[in-house]
Amino acid sequence: MNGKGNPKLLSLLTLLFALWNGCLTLFHGWTAFWWLGLGVDFLLIVGIAELIGKRIPPLYAPLYRRSLSVSFPLLLFLAWELLVRGGVLSPDWFPPPSRIVQALWELITKFDEFSKTSLLGRPWLLLGAAWGNRPETVKELLAESHLYATLMRVFVGFFLGATPGILLGMVMGVSPTIRTMIDATLSAFYVLPKIAIFPIMMLIFPDPFGEGPKIAVVAISVFFLVTINTMVGVRDIEPVYLEAGRNYGASGFRLFYHVILPGALPVVFAGLRIALGTALIVIIAVEFVRAKTGVGFLTFYYWEILSPEKMYAGLVVVMVLGVLLTAGLKKVEQWVMPWRKP
Amino acid sequence: MEHTSRALPKIRASHISKVFSNGKERVEALRDFSLEVQEGEFLCIVGPSGCGKSSFLRILAGLLPASSGTIEIQPGEDPGKPLTSMVFQEYAVFPWKTVLENVGFGLQMRGVPKAERLTIAQSWIERVGLSKFIHAYPHQLSGGMKQRVGIARALASDPEILLMDEPLGALDAQTRTLLQEEILRIWEERRKTVVYVTHSIEEAVLLGDRVVLMTAHPGTQKAVFPIPLPRPRDLKVMATAEFGELTYTIWEALRGEVLKAMKLLGET
Repeated sequence: MNGKGNPKLLSLLTLLFALWNGCLTLFHGWTAFWWLGLGVDFLLIVGIAELIGKRIPPLYAPLYRRSLSVSFPLLLFLAWELLVRGGVLSPDWFPPPSRIVQALWELITKFDEFSKTSLLGRPWLLLGAAWGNRPETVKELLAESHLYATLMRVFVGFFLGATPGILLGMVMGVSPTIRTMIDATLSAFYVLPKIAIFPIMMLIFPDPFGEGPKIAVVAISVFFLVTINTMVGVRDIEPVYLEAGRNYGASGFRLFYHVILPGALPVVFAGLRIALGTALIVIIAVEFVRAKTGVGFLTFYYWEILSPEKMYAGLVVVMVLGVLLTAGLKKVEQWVMPWRKP
Repeated sequence: MEHTSRALPKIRASHISKVFSNGKERVEALRDFSLEVQEGEFLCIVGPSGCGKSSFLRILAGLLPASSGTIEIQPGEDPGKPLTSMVFQEYAVFPWKTVLENVGFGLQMRGVPKAERLTIAQSWIERVGLSKFIHAYPHQLSGGMKQRVGIARALASDPEILLMDEPLGALDAQTRTLLQEEILRIWEERRKTVVYVTHSIEEAVLLGDRVVLMTAHPGTQKAVFPIPLPRPRDLKVMATAEFGELTYTIWEALRGEVLKAMKLLGET
């Protein structure tokens, strides 16, 4: 009897939870009061989780917390599924998770005859072609892949924007003259929604519907974010590092390489992280508007032919892409800056 | 020849003033500040905050130009060695370099070959007791250990003069005492010329051969106290009556300055 996590209270809450859901189901209350039902359920679950948490031995506490963070979204999906099946939510707007998973599976495994595209470039053929050393086939298959198209645009655009962004940002951080000259102009461009310059890009490039304008918009969005963050990173280096560097005989390029560059890197990487997210946002938006391939196109295309579960599947792909790209950048960050606290 | 160079002071700072100005405001950090430091002397500068003692150290290090006045530092026999190396507060060790890279930094910048650099850096790391952490990054070290790295970094580059800018100011009392002992021990080995800025009178009396007391706003020299405590010293000296008397005398002189500084801050 340590008074922690009263077992009686726990059983009471569990009983309440069962009663509440049972009554709502029995008296067909879900249709009218689904929001109230979910709200009360949420509060009861929080209470139960809290009480169980107090009874968990400290050794298993981290495991318990992790299981909470995993099971909550699963519970949400379950609620969604049940609400749709019970006829509370319309499957036209909110197709149940099971059907979205099904649609995703279809997107991965099927070739769309009408648009002559597939999500991953038909991996079962792709692997065979790569194995059999048939570069022409590999190229064709990649060209029909939505994921490959989006990834390429993001990567190429990110690289083309980040490289000059880092260089200009460094120069602006080091030289107050250049900084004062360019800063105001840069800020003006920074606030401009980059998608708004897409028409200009289409005008400039010889093939307005090709890859050029799309990559250019991504590159420009990335460029401004990275430039500004790099400049701030360099400008705001702890002055004592510069003093120490100079006192120990570093100047010019060596001061830059040994002190300024590593000192600015954390902020530079913060900028790169934001820029990568922005690149994804911009490319999806561009693909909505004007593209024949890409995950954004895919999502919009299935809206046009009124196939909501595939539309949702497209969104899931975007989310997974975002998570994986950010995690990848994090890995690069740890590799470049091993001195940072993990 | 050697005799004459001995007779010259190692550092002669004459009529140094420093005015910071940002267009609207003028802050006079130092006014007509003169000081001579002998070869092998451990000189401590004590004063209320804002008395320009850190500015003076930076002028000595060549990191800050003086508004007027001259600094003469007698160079050593080896022109390859740096005139000054500074120990900053403990956060000034480079977080992106390992202990070994930090300590070897001055040597690396001077172009000392890698093998020699590593040997020297390693021996200094051993001497400050960090051999186990030679490849660690600063974020893995405690504040006191970081400052050991800072001290080793300055000593490894073997400067003519060691400048120390409140090196123990941010550390907790016990770590500070430990490091004071260590600084005494290391200094007794080589007797390098040291200019040591601190706001702790006890620290100044414990370490220094002379204590210079500064006034604030603007920083000028108020008094100089010779510390006749015997060398080699260790912490035991703090238990003597002489130590207590010296500390109290300096505090009596400093007190008015501190009050003045506080009043000035309160008025603005």
